[in-house]
Amino acid sequence: MRNTKVVSLEEAIRRSGLKDGMTISFHHHFRGGDKVVNMVVAKLAEMGFKDLKLAASSLSDVHAPLIDHIKNGVITGISTSGLRGELANEISHGLMKEPVVFRSHGGRGSAIANGELHIDVAFLGASSCDCLGNASGCPRSENAKSICGSLGYALPDAKYADHVVVLTDDLVDYPNVPKSISACEVESVVVVDSVGDSSKISSGAIRDSKNPRDILLAQQAAKVIINSGYFEDGFSIQTGTGGASLAAVKYIRESMMEKGIKASFALGGITAHMVKLHEEGLIGRLIDVQSFDKVAAESIASDHLHQEVSAVEYASADNPGSAVHALDIVILSALEVDVDFNVNVLVGSDGIIRGAVGGHPDTAEDSALSIIVCPLLRGRIPCVVSKVTTLITPGAGVDVVVTEYGIAVNPRRPEIAERLKAAGLKVVDIHDLAAKATSVIGVPDPLPFGDKVVGIVMDRHGKVLDKIYNIVD
Amino acid sequence: MELKNAVAGTLESGDIMIQIGPGEGLQVELQSSVAAQFGRQIKSVITETLEGLGISDAYVKATDKGALDCTIRARVTAAAVRATGKDVWK
Amino acid sequence: MMFVPGNNPGMMADAHIYGPDSIMLDLEDSVTMAEKDAARLLVYNALKSIDYGNTEMVVRINPLNTPYGHKDVEAVVKAGVDVIRMPKTETADEVRELEAEIIKVEEELGCVGRTQIMAAIESALGIVNAYEIATASKRMMGIALGAEDYTANLKTPRTPEGSELLLARETIVVAARAAGIACFDTVYSNLDDMDTFRKEVELIKNLGFDGKSIINPRQIQVVNEVFAPKQKDIDKALRIIAAIKEAREKGSGVIAVNGKMVDRPVVLRAERVIALAVASGILNEEELS
Repeated sequence: MRNTKVVSLEEAIRRSGLKDGMTISFHHHFRGGDKVVNMVVAKLAEMGFKDLKLAASSLSDVHAPLIDHIKNGVITGISTSGLRGELANEISHGLMKEPVVFRSHGGRGSAIANGELHIDVAFLGASSCDCLGNASGCPRSENAKSICGSLGYALPDAKYADHVVVLTDDLVDYPNVPKSISACEVESVVVVDSVGDSSKISSGAIRDSKNPRDILLAQQAAKVIINSGYFEDGFSIQTGTGGASLAAVKYIRESMMEKGIKASFALGGITAHMVKLHEEGLIGRLIDVQSFDKVAAESIASDHLHQEVSAVEYASADNPGSAVHALDIVILSALEVDVDFNVNVLVGSDGIIRGAVGGHPDTAEDSALSIIVCPLLRGRIPCVVSKVTTLITPGAGVDVVVTEYGIAVNPRRPEIAERLKAAGLKVVDIHDLAAKATSVIGVPDPLPFGDKVVGIVMDRHGKVLDKIYNIVD
Repeated sequence: MELKNAVAGTLESGDIMIQIGPGEGLQVELQSSVAAQFGRQIKSVITETLEGLGISDAYVKATDKGALDCTIRARVTAAAVRATGKDVWK
Repeated sequence: MMFVPGNNPGMMADAHIYGPDSIMLDLEDSVTMAEKDAARLLVYNALKSIDYGNTEMVVRINPLNTPYGHKDVEAVVKAGVDVIRMPKTETADEVRELEAEIIKVEEELGCVGRTQIMAAIESALGIVNAYEIATASKRMMGIALGAEDYTANLKTPRTPEGSELLLARETIVVAARAAGIACFDTVYSNLDDMDTFRKEVELIKNLGFDGKSIINPRQIQVVNEVFAPKQKDIDKALRIIAAIKEAREKGSGVIAVNGKMVDRPVVLRAERVIALAVASGILNEEELS
């Protein structure tokens, strides 16, 4: 074929017109197995770029090499949904001059769409791509190595970035359809040995938690859903990936079969559990922004009722068409919940960043019923506290908190509290939960925060919600 | 009181491992994932327990895995009993 | 009754959140010789500090003829345990020996009579002496079967259907009923076979046991489901209780439901159904009054 876009990474960068000070972007569909960020930034460093702003949909443990690039001035700004591992630890201790900007998945989609987050060059990994740039997270040949399913978080980047480079480890014959990213949006295609370590992209099969505490929390969460008033034919649901929320799906499934109730759709990160319910006819459609495991990735490749959505279509606050607006029930986890039902999913109780905003604030705010499932105590770490270390999801959007010591219902939702009490569930005041925690573990000393801002949390509407300060050892 | 080197407790979640040996005064070295918020409290439980057992000179290395105060007291006492060879338990 | 190893502080800290009726902290078989001292201290401190709510707290001590038994009794009585479970009980004298030991510590504390005793019967001799054991002390609150040691003593393996345990189980129920105390069945250790576990719980419930010993919180739900009375039995029991109340108010000695006279065993059974329904969380006590 004439005029192919296939070039080396260096050539793609040169063609992109990237200059010092510009913004580059990445997606995180390869999760802990991602090789794209490190590969591209290493090349940019080698080519002598400085002062670049890195806008990732999320970052994880595997991105520790960025520490050196930050120290050398190659990367001077980061925006992301999450931050973990050594990179997060260093940033919490004040590695960067400029604070990291944290956005939810929906918030990032909106910010890209409305121009607040302008991307100069997007570097997007793909499991398969043709020579013109039609790219997908699904395998399209026997050589497919790094399969991730949905490319939902990469789609706003592909649509709005000034220049798009697709990196793939499986260049396939034109046309690579159905496509996630259209060739019309792609300027260059770079073939690399590997975009991701498949063993770390996703786990293989369903693993049911045998942790009795997870099972207890899951059973309670399922009872909350079943008795909430929202559990009726045609309901819609989203779950997180924690052991308890995955296990909750199992108990909801039993009740759905018993009562003959079917869900219209499941949303968000799709797991093998959801695929199973869908294949059993219990869930009509799967709306997938991120395929969490191999089963989900295989399903989206072959099942037309299992559809990919972009981050904007999934969870944008200002786009009335986004799916969260139609969502009934969401089960979420938390590092901390406070007595005002505010939730922190980003900063650990030691003050160090160790999580991700994800779709938490998006789904909590827009769903009809949001349920937080978290143990009251993790060892000596309390999860129900008087005030969250960092505010990620405002309590106005949080309805129910399920713990092993009882279920707290936001006073804004007295009707739900009544329904749960009538069903015999142990409904308690959230202040009592916080008091129970301190009675068992004592009152924690305040964290040794410094006065340097290392992170800024944006709410999903684009306003500053909270600041994260450096931690002093 | 003469102290030998002794250990009590495990490194399992919810436990604390206490290594105790001879020292001057009560010195406590603590390793804990909750040190920032509970380090002061954990150390004071360790020293109070030892003082309650009449031990005023010891070096203690504590590796904490999220233990509650009652567990810390039990492990410190067990280590002290083993180190002194005397059943100082009460 | 949920068994929790006495040297595992993580499990001891949150055993009660799963809602077992009672928790048995174990100082015996689950603790190695080298850790007996540390486990005793751990159990002592846990009982003193952790708020187990309404959960009945039981500690299984080491036999009194070991170097640990006497110290175990001292520690757990001082810690205020509800029940001491004596392992491998074979004779009434052993119960009386434990009672004397308990009294010694209780006198020191000034709280004589606080600590109850449960005897685990784990041998052929113990089964032969079951009634004597059950009536050996006023402190006896129950007897329990320990099947692993018992089957070893019988020189037979444990089978899924449990025919080798039938005599022991029936003997324990009969002895407990004759003595007016409770009886508890042995543990089932295969956590991955919930179906056989459920069958075993159904069997022992029908034999008349008051409860089942368990080794993991995952087993609680099955026990509760099996022991929970059916709604039609609850309704019937409620009607009987209402009839008693009505008869009392009228000053009538005769109690009748649906035209049939109700005699004493029926009343007792109705009361037991209501008690179980309350224990299973199906009825709450406010609704009854």
